[in-house]
Amino acid sequence: MDTVGNIVLYFIIAIALVVFSIKAVTSKKILRAATYLLFVLIGTAIFYFQLGYQFLGAVQIAVYAGGIMVLFVFAILLTHKPNEKEALLCNHRKTWGIVVAVAAAIVLFFAVFYMPIVHGNSLMACLQASNTITMHDIGVAFTGGERFQYLLPFEAISVLLLACIIGGVTIARKS
Amino acid sequence: MDLSMLWYLVPSIIMLVCGIYGFMTRKNLIAILISLELMLNSADLNFVIFNRYLFPNSMEGMVFTLFAVALAAAETAVAIAIIINIYRSIGSTDINEVKQMKF
Repeated sequence: MDTVGNIVLYFIIAIALVVFSIKAVTSKKILRAATYLLFVLIGTAIFYFQLGYQFLGAVQIAVYAGGIMVLFVFAILLTHKPNEKEALLCNHRKTWGIVVAVAAAIVLFFAVFYMPIVHGNSLMACLQASNTITMHDIGVAFTGGERFQYLLPFEAISVLLLACIIGGVTIARKS
Repeated sequence: MDLSMLWYLVPSIIMLVCGIYGFMTRKNLIAILISLELMLNSADLNFVIFNRYLFPNSMEGMVFTLFAVALAAAETAVAIAIIINIYRSIGSTDINEVKQMKF
C-alpha cells in the first residue's frame, strides 16, 4: 500500500514537525517563533494531503498559513519595537513547564501504546484503499439538513465569523 | 513497511507537548497564542488520523477539523485585537504586567 516515496515523505515531514514545534516554543525571537509555527502548519497540511484529504489541506494552507500567520505577523510588528531584545523565558516557570510537559507526554504515550483505543490492535491499522472524498461529497454534506449533513453548523459558523469581525473591530478601535 | 496509525499519532503528541511547554513558560502574550495554535493543530491532526484509519468510509473527522480551523481563525482574530488593545493601554505585552481586567 505504502510506496517508498510515501514513507520517505512521512519521515521528512515528521522530523520537520518535531524540530519546528520545539523551535517554535523555545526560540528567543518572537518573529522566528511565528515563522516556525508557519512551517509546522504547512507540515500538517502535507500530512492531510498524504492522508487523502485534499480539500482539508488546501483549507489549512489558505486559512492557517495564509490568514492566521498574517495576523500574527501584523500583531508582532505592531507590538514590538524593532531591535528590541527581551528574555521570553523565566527560570522558575521553566521547571514547571518541563514538569507539566513531561507528565503530559508520559500520560499520552502510555495511552497510545498501552491502551488500544477502539478494538484490539486498531492502532496498528493500516491505510486501506478507501473511497476518496470528492468535492461533490463535501458540498452535499455542507448544504443538507439530514443525518451526517451540516447545514446548521455551517450557517452558525458564518454568523460567528461576522460576530468575530465586529468584535475585533470594536475591541481594537481607538475609543 | 506500512505506515500505521501510530506513526502519525507520535508527531501529534510531540506537537501537543511542545504547546503545553510553551504555554507554561512563555511570558509574551503573542508567544502564548502561538503555543495555543500548536495545541489546536495537534488536536485537528488527531481528528483526521482517527477518521482516516478507524472510520475510512465516513468524513466526520474532516468536517470537525474544518469547523475547528474556522473557529481557530475567529479566536485568533479576537485574541490579537485584545492583545493590541492591552499594548495600547499598558505599553507592553508581558503577561506579568497585565493585572487588571479593566483600565
